[in-house]
Amino acid sequence: MKKVKYLLLRRMVQIGLLVLYFGANAYGWHILEGTFGSSKILGTIPLADPYMTVQIFAAGFVVASDVLIGAVIVVLFYMIVGGRAFCSWVCPVNLVTDAANWLRRRLDLDKEEVNYRFLKRSARYWILALGIVVSAVTGIAAFEAISPITIMQRGIVFGFGAGIAVLVAIFLFDLFGVKNGWCGHLCPLGAAYSLIGKPSLIRVKHDHEACTNCMECKKVCPENHVLWMVHKESRAVTDGECTNCGRCIDVCGDNALKFGIRGYIDKQ
Amino acid sequence: MGHSGNRRKFLATTAQSIGLTALGGLLWSGYTDAVKASPPVLRPPGALEEESFLKACVKCGLCAEACRNRESNIDKETGRPRKSTLKMAKGGDHRLIGTPYFVPRDVPCYMCEDIPCTAACPSGALDLARLSEKKGEPDINEARMGLAVVHKESCIAFWGLQCDACYRACPLLDEALTLEYQKNDRTGKHAFLLPVVHSDVCTGCGLCEKACVTEKAAIFVLPRVYSTGKAGDHYVKGWDEKDQLRVGNRKTEEIETHDARSAQTPTDYLNKEIEY
Repeated sequence: MKKVKYLLLRRMVQIGLLVLYFGANAYGWHILEGTFGSSKILGTIPLADPYMTVQIFAAGFVVASDVLIGAVIVVLFYMIVGGRAFCSWVCPVNLVTDAANWLRRRLDLDKEEVNYRFLKRSARYWILALGIVVSAVTGIAAFEAISPITIMQRGIVFGFGAGIAVLVAIFLFDLFGVKNGWCGHLCPLGAAYSLIGKPSLIRVKHDHEACTNCMECKKVCPENHVLWMVHKESRAVTDGECTNCGRCIDVCGDNALKFGIRGYIDKQ
Repeated sequence: MGHSGNRRKFLATTAQSIGLTALGGLLWSGYTDAVKASPPVLRPPGALEEESFLKACVKCGLCAEACRNRESNIDKETGRPRKSTLKMAKGGDHRLIGTPYFVPRDVPCYMCEDIPCTAACPSGALDLARLSEKKGEPDINEARMGLAVVHKESCIAFWGLQCDACYRACPLLDEALTLEYQKNDRTGKHAFLLPVVHSDVCTGCGLCEKACVTEKAAIFVLPRVYSTGKAGDHYVKGWDEKDQLRVGNRKTEEIETHDARSAQTPTDYLNKEIEY
């Protein structure tokens, strides 16, 4: 059970949220309405995508207060509590890329991996900035016109249409192209949450004393450079690119990794 | 050597990053610019002008959910919502993805008095203030989603057949859509009952288009950009006191149009066959 504890929890949260969003349209539930662009909790508390809000400003429109307040709530939540948890606990594209990554490991594709030197993990920050520039140039929120995240979510709530193609493309890219290509290299929303979530309280902690250097954690981690301290020193994973998915904790057979609170775990 | 090699590598990778970003920016801008263009599309009531609407819409679907789950859309027999007016543009719909729109021939706007869709918008893309200009409070009849247009040749009322389906379907009957009676000279003893749309009242709900009995609707709603003209400020209705005010007490010389012909008298240029 321990090997999949956080994986199961994560899938329950991800799918549970999608069910709530789906029910809001299909059955008129008022628990969680809308989509990631902007949502309402219990018909009152607004939520909004902060990166989208910035793009709309760049495009030349000042959004109404519901979206503004919603974006602030989301930023504060991930900044103080969740870190980059949106990517692994909420985003539905994570289901697609995790599936691609799982199959990739099964097919042993990583052994044959071509070195995609032109595509670095830093590409996403360039794309993040580029999205804002393109929004300003073209006058519409640029990433929202192509975002597979909201395409997938709206697909589940309202029906997919040809939008499903972009998800197939991402699956193929992550499977046969670059390992963790979309979430770990390209997605500007993930980049935004890496920056927003950097100071968050919830962090994975590594215990050097317990570690036996099996490297299972690095095999499953979608951003495995954040685990540089494994078998080197005891400390928390403070890199903003860690998605707090908890897969490393699941696969660790030595209890050398666990969730904790920043500051508190460092002192231990 | 190591030092200058590092600097060269740094410069090269920086140039590469900037170059690839520029490449991406060109492709992305081209795509984004192209997806802004769409066939004529009808937006929910209270929507901003199309260009601003595309900027402002957050593609959340709260309007479409409010439309679908409003009380008046629940089928009393099954207790389930019927097909809703507002759709969310999907890939392949050739509208900016994730934006709400409706197709009246499929499902028209039923003009809910409480306007749940507009009220649900969190971003200001649908704005209740645009529906409150006359009365000071939101009124669905102030919506200008589009304007109905009649195609005379396919409208059977223009053939002399008696059909007033659109007229009866109009929620602003005798205001937005009136019937004009004309003598049918072909038979000599019948009347034409011709539908006439009044653009100062028509909301563009599309109930007429939905009701039209012809194979392809002879009355249909187009966004106002496509279905209206503009006479221009240089035309002043001399018989309209209000319009006349625009001219004020200015002297004729101040408001006259001057061009190449002005120096000559009409007899001059009419006789000389000046090209203009």
